[in-house]
Amino acid sequence: MISLEGVRKAYGSRRVLEGVSLSLTPGRITGLVGPNGSGKTTLIKLILGLARPDAGRMLFDGVPFDADGLYRARIGYAPQSPRLPDHLAVGELFAMLRALRPGAAVDEAMLESFGLRAEWGTAVGKLSGGWRQKLANACAFLFSPDVLILDEPTAGLDPVASGLLKSALRKARADGRTILISSHILVELEEFADDVAFLNDGALRFAGPIESLLKETGTRRLEPAVAALLSGLKVV
Amino acid sequence: MSTVSLVLRAGVRDLLRSRWLLAYGAGFWAVTEALFLFGGSGQQVVLSLLNAMLLLVPLVALVFGTAHVHASREFTELLLSQPLSRRSVFFGLYLGMALPLTGAFLVGVGVPLLLHGAATDAPRLALGLLAASGALLTLTFAAIAMVIALGVDDRLRAMARALAAWFALTVAYDGIVLAVVSAFGDWPIERPMLAAMLGNPIDLARLLVLTSLDATALLGYTGALFRQVFGTALGPVIAITALLLWAVLPVFVARRSFLRRDF
Repeated sequence: MISLEGVRKAYGSRRVLEGVSLSLTPGRITGLVGPNGSGKTTLIKLILGLARPDAGRMLFDGVPFDADGLYRARIGYAPQSPRLPDHLAVGELFAMLRALRPGAAVDEAMLESFGLRAEWGTAVGKLSGGWRQKLANACAFLFSPDVLILDEPTAGLDPVASGLLKSALRKARADGRTILISSHILVELEEFADDVAFLNDGALRFAGPIESLLKETGTRRLEPAVAALLSGLKVV
Repeated sequence: MSTVSLVLRAGVRDLLRSRWLLAYGAGFWAVTEALFLFGGSGQQVVLSLLNAMLLLVPLVALVFGTAHVHASREFTELLLSQPLSRRSVFFGLYLGMALPLTGAFLVGVGVPLLLHGAATDAPRLALGLLAASGALLTLTFAAIAMVIALGVDDRLRAMARALAAWFALTVAYDGIVLAVVSAFGDWPIERPMLAAMLGNPIDLARLLVLTSLDATALLGYTGALFRQVFGTALGPVIAITALLLWAVLPVFVARRSFLRRDF
């Protein structure tokens, strides 16, 4: 679905991504992991067209990303605990998003299941961190996109909301959607992710099924496996 | 409805409920009312209001605008992750910030002026030009705030630049003009001085309002020079054209920055 080939990105003299090649496959959940400053957010921003690569190719269904960004109609994005206009009500925000994409079908069931209808009239600025994250996640799922990109989607969520999100993700995977999740909570990620892409210092150190990573590092869990990749040692 | 109007509507709705914006409008209303109550004749009220406007409008537009653009960064990213053109998102965001600020100023100053206008002896033209130049200054400095905020990622540094721009155009400018006139008074400095005046929207707004009043003594060196060179008929036309250009040009600089930058 989405392929990056030799993507490089630098901000001034600071190299952020160096020759990253990665394929995101439909019907699979890819966990994007790596230490702070490893380039995860930049990678997401490149896919969304928020930033432009210095070199490399980015393809959507084998076709280079169009400059007009129309491919984004097929992507849903959830930023991490975003600061959205404080005085807009939740319902007004969704009404605006709907109006911006006339004709696109809205996943009403998702809005119900995330419990957002209860906060429809609440100003965004009065929502707690957890509710803001729910709101961000709902923005990603709103139009049932082919590709879901979520940045720390469980941050601040209570166990019930987290469980609902995981169910929604499993359903999206079963529907054949392509899902990329950036997360530091590896224990949680291995509950639902199929693949892992590990970035360190701007380079992709591993990309593939979690089982392969566990086998390669001789570990049983994702967290020690990533720690092993980071330290360059095998952990048993 | 177009992308611009949808984003603009969201911005306007958001800001109209902001306490800061309400305080800004109410503050101008209170100042205008107080000047009418205690400020003497209509002309004196306009002059006092002009001084308050020339200081406050650029300051608020720069500081509020810079802070607002930084605070809206994630909202901007959410919009840009939709299948929308950057151009449309930019104009929606800019107008969504600039129009409520302009509206707050116009209501704060305009309503008391309308209420007291009939009783005042100030020329209607001066009152109209005061409101119009304040609105144009708001649009100008909101766009300059956008240029600053888009160019500087660090919020504190951006705010420092916004304050520096305000200081340079309101306080330092007059001092520099005075110093240049004192130092090079014997030289033919008329043209550079006229250019300097066209390069400062605050000075243009001052000139525009003062020429409509019987207050030529307050014009200052550049204003007097401007009046002398262009006359009382052509001068205001040039000044208002330059002010209109000032309201448009920074918008295009900000737009260029918005289209090119990485978020």
